[in-house]
Amino acid sequence: MKTLKIICPNGHLGFAPLREESFRIGVDAGPDYIAADSGSDDVGPVPLGSDTSTSPEGWQRHDLEQMLLASRKLGVPMIIGSAGDTGANSRVDLYVRIISELAKKHKLAKFRLGYFYSEVDKEFLRDKIRAGDPVLGLDGYAELTESELDATERVVAMAGVHPFVELLRQGADVIIGGRSSDAAVFAAPAVHHGFSDDYAYYLRKVLECASFCAEPYGGKETVMGEISHEDVKVTAMHPPQRCTVASVAGHAMYERSNPFEEFFAGGKLDMTNCRYEQFSERTTRITGSKFIPAERMRVKLEGSGKVGERFVGICGIRDPYTIANVDRVIEWARTQVRERFGDTGYELHYNVFGRDGVMGDLEPLRDQPGHELCIMVQGVAPNVEMAEELTMIGLRQMFYARLPDVKGTAGSVSFPLDEVLHASAAYRWTLNHTVAVDDGLELFPTHMIDIGV
Amino acid sequence: MTTQKLSELAKTIRSKNAGVNKITFDVIFRDRENYERVKRSGALTRESMARLYRIPAERISDFVEYDPGYAIKFTIYRLRPSGCAGDGDIFGAQQYAPLLDLEVAA
Repeated sequence: MKTLKIICPNGHLGFAPLREESFRIGVDAGPDYIAADSGSDDVGPVPLGSDTSTSPEGWQRHDLEQMLLASRKLGVPMIIGSAGDTGANSRVDLYVRIISELAKKHKLAKFRLGYFYSEVDKEFLRDKIRAGDPVLGLDGYAELTESELDATERVVAMAGVHPFVELLRQGADVIIGGRSSDAAVFAAPAVHHGFSDDYAYYLRKVLECASFCAEPYGGKETVMGEISHEDVKVTAMHPPQRCTVASVAGHAMYERSNPFEEFFAGGKLDMTNCRYEQFSERTTRITGSKFIPAERMRVKLEGSGKVGERFVGICGIRDPYTIANVDRVIEWARTQVRERFGDTGYELHYNVFGRDGVMGDLEPLRDQPGHELCIMVQGVAPNVEMAEELTMIGLRQMFYARLPDVKGTAGSVSFPLDEVLHASAAYRWTLNHTVAVDDGLELFPTHMIDIGV
Repeated sequence: MTTQKLSELAKTIRSKNAGVNKITFDVIFRDRENYERVKRSGALTRESMARLYRIPAERISDFVEYDPGYAIKFTIYRLRPSGCAGDGDIFGAQQYAPLLDLEVAA
């Protein structure tokens, strides 16, 4: 095989639907694979902790249907990583079920569906800790302790290319992956067909977020990556978009703290000597990337732990005197909560939109609030009853705040809703770590079934 | 001395999560000229960003001048990981605004 072409229609399948026009153009261009990643830790710890998706099933089904029908029509494999936002086992099962239902609906001819799981048994990690093989923290996280592991609801490991390559080797026509590096989804076919790791891993770099590597800006449009033994090329499929040297080089640093290197299960991609050339109007050519294998394989882990049940309330302020004294209003409400529930055993948060609700401590203009404020109150507590009462006190007592010189004595805040709303439970990222493994397949059991008639 | 705002010189100014505990900021220029000008000006450095966001310099984990992309990028640690209750920006996507009006000397 001299070259391999992969199209990617969506940088995060399910989060918003793919755009059908550029996907069709991409399919007509005759790709060898159709692939997309469906997950991200950007969505916060709630979906992983509560074992849900943040994406609506209708949108997931829409994109899976488009991709499956194109894949079966062209007779080329379809690869999905990080099923259902988190890549948890229940999400893999969900996508496998959707694929089976779609196959039935469209009476598709028999094909092989491979899938693998990514959830990690907490006892496996406990054994590692006890055996003195530390589970190391990333980005400021301390080494994993047993107590932090106990506070964790669910852990997924991020697969490298290994389970995908294994399933391709077994002849899978469709692959549904548990949590995966988006690298793996696109690099695996290239590795499977014998292209060098140097370019296989770069190929995914340009494909991982679909049209985010093209300009003008516009998400959810299809792009096509082509790997050869000498280079990688990337082309925008959406007619108004182009992949330029600037847009492709610029994308290399997206969501990464260091644009020159990136780590995967099994090694790192060194982009220090990458060269970018405008190959044709809508295509950029990349050479010079280098894959450096790791001495011992470490796999990234994501874990989420429950903090408590959560309610949310909203109020507004328009009186300039009250706006100038909003911290005193909040302190009054906090004091009432403390009188009822004490100092600890719950969380109470106030986001003051119009002042620093978006940026918090990073806001330089904190002392220049707008002419009206919106305040979101969040209460988190061990059970639903307490969370509701806590949030209700924290919200309603804003109305009764006692400011000495206020003219409006009939209420300090406005209520768009005179109620508190039951929100998703609060979770936090407990694991952002790596664990050593002997084999890239160790944490990712693979399965193969026949689908269709 | 004439100055210009960074938003007049850069093509893209953005912020986004880099993992769950960091936010990364990208300032991307259309051409080498503006990129080099901002680099030379000293307006966009690790120290000036610590001042702008009023954080200790240690909270900036990386500061990189990225020649192939005509881009300057830096990354800061969050105080708490993304999506903790009280986080106003789970994706980290709206933290770049103070950069828009950054004054750059000619």
